[in-house]
Amino acid sequence: MEQKTIKHKFSFWHVVKSLASGLRLTWKHFRNAKNRRTPEYVTDKNYFNQPEGLVTLKYPYEAIPVPDNGRYRLHNEIDDCIVCDLCAKICPVNCITIESVKATEEIGMTSDGTKKRLYAPVFDIDMAKCCYCGLCTTVCPTDCLTMTPVYDFAEVDIKNMIYHFTDLSLEQAEEKKQLLAKQQEEMAAAKAAALAARNKG
Amino acid sequence: MLAFVLTLVLLLSIVIVLAYAERKVAAFMQDRMGPTEAGPYGSLQAVLDVLKLLQKEDIVPAAADKKLFKLAPILIFAAVFAGFAVIPFTPDLVPAGIGIGVFYLLAIISLDVVGLLMAGWGSNNKYAMLGAMRSVAQIVSYEIPAALAILSAVMVCQSLDFQEISYQQGVLMNFFPGLGSEVNWLFGLEALGINTTYVGGITTWNIFRAPILLVSFIIYFIASLAESNRAPFDIPEAESELVAGFHVEYSGFRFAMLFLAEYSMMVLVSLVAVILFLGSWNTPLPNLGPIRLAYWTTGTVGELSGMLWGGFWLLSKTFMLLFLQLQIRWTYPRLRVDQLMHLCWKVLTPIALAVVLIAGIWRLLMI
Repeated sequence: MEQKTIKHKFSFWHVVKSLASGLRLTWKHFRNAKNRRTPEYVTDKNYFNQPEGLVTLKYPYEAIPVPDNGRYRLHNEIDDCIVCDLCAKICPVNCITIESVKATEEIGMTSDGTKKRLYAPVFDIDMAKCCYCGLCTTVCPTDCLTMTPVYDFAEVDIKNMIYHFTDLSLEQAEEKKQLLAKQQEEMAAAKAAALAARNKG
Repeated sequence: MLAFVLTLVLLLSIVIVLAYAERKVAAFMQDRMGPTEAGPYGSLQAVLDVLKLLQKEDIVPAAADKKLFKLAPILIFAAVFAGFAVIPFTPDLVPAGIGIGVFYLLAIISLDVVGLLMAGWGSNNKYAMLGAMRSVAQIVSYEIPAALAILSAVMVCQSLDFQEISYQQGVLMNFFPGLGSEVNWLFGLEALGINTTYVGGITTWNIFRAPILLVSFIIYFIASLAESNRAPFDIPEAESELVAGFHVEYSGFRFAMLFLAEYSMMVLVSLVAVILFLGSWNTPLPNLGPIRLAYWTTGTVGELSGMLWGGFWLLSKTFMLLFLQLQIRWTYPRLRVDQLMHLCWKVLTPIALAVVLIAGIWRLLMI
């Protein structure tokens, strides 16, 4: 393409014309203000077809949808969690804290049919530390740890950025621990008895 | 006293509407939404802003010249508000119908400059001081083309009374004492032989009675933008250079006063432009033979219909000009100081002088 020198024209009519074109431009935008951008996903046909009108969305009330594979706030579906601790192990910033208590019997099944044998009295994710790498969701064997489309979760107190996913209350957790301790005591006693019986015999 | 209260209430409501309109217009021209939360479409935003300002602490800087600092906002607002005293709102409502209204208005608005300098000097702040100096230089300079443009209108109308000038620009001309036998000719030229006294409407507006006044209207409009410190002549308040200019140290009620004075000034200069050039409270619709649009949209003088029509036309024309002021603000970038002075002294003043001369000659043709 041939480059042309831009010459500024200072004659009276050119100045008037350029002033008028400026006013026309703002007037055009003012007139188009009755149209508004609609909150549509980027794959929508209409997404790039809205060159005119107001571009802002009333954010908390409207928002452009985020991609399905976007990485935002974590959520753990505790009913499906087998407390395998893989997520806590893979986490590069150690934002997941899990404590597990063995159950005395099978607790139930996850939705994909895996047996649950562990309680999780503590399952905390510190979203303030989270780096949104998504590794935890890829290692999760039961797909219970997922990224949700929620990205607007700022808090005044940073303590509120720690999300607690456990479904056990403190008392229940204590009870489960005691149950386990009792069972282990019983098993130890049984083992000791069996050992004693064998030694006798 | 009633006129005082009425004018104050009217002014406050216009300023509230204008402050809201400013934000909405700015937003729409920049493809934004503007205030949406307070009230329907954010319409209560300006009211709430004022309430917020009234609740704020009135801070007076320790190093300020306290007397000047405290007095300045009152003086600035009083100077602008006093200007409204001579503005005719309807054919028979003018707060103070003095015969030298135009002269009084020019004089009283100049007091504004003293207030600005007091605010800038009293704040003891370099930005405030710079802003005030620029402001004074600008306003004093632009008063000359503005006054010359007004002078050309006054020469055509042969009166310093706003109400008389208003009556001359419409079908009610012969109702004004002393104008009973006056005749309006198209473009003010008797030679054309078209009598527009009873046609009225836009044909008797000053910009039609003497078309040269269209030029002086444009000069006055540009100069009035500078006088009310509006963009593109807002170098006294240039946010990016001077924070906020002369009112940088003000807060609370005093800031509200300065804000009010600024917007009142916009309203006042627009009102003056409408009265002097755009037919004042007269209807823009002319009588067309049997279709007596001008009479239908004028009402009867002294009755409610005349009051309402007069007020309606005056305010709607004023709001058109105010909208233009807003649009200009959001269209053009700010001038540099040298460009500002160049425009005033080398462009507007010579043209205004020529217009005064031509207006004088035109007046001779009009007799």
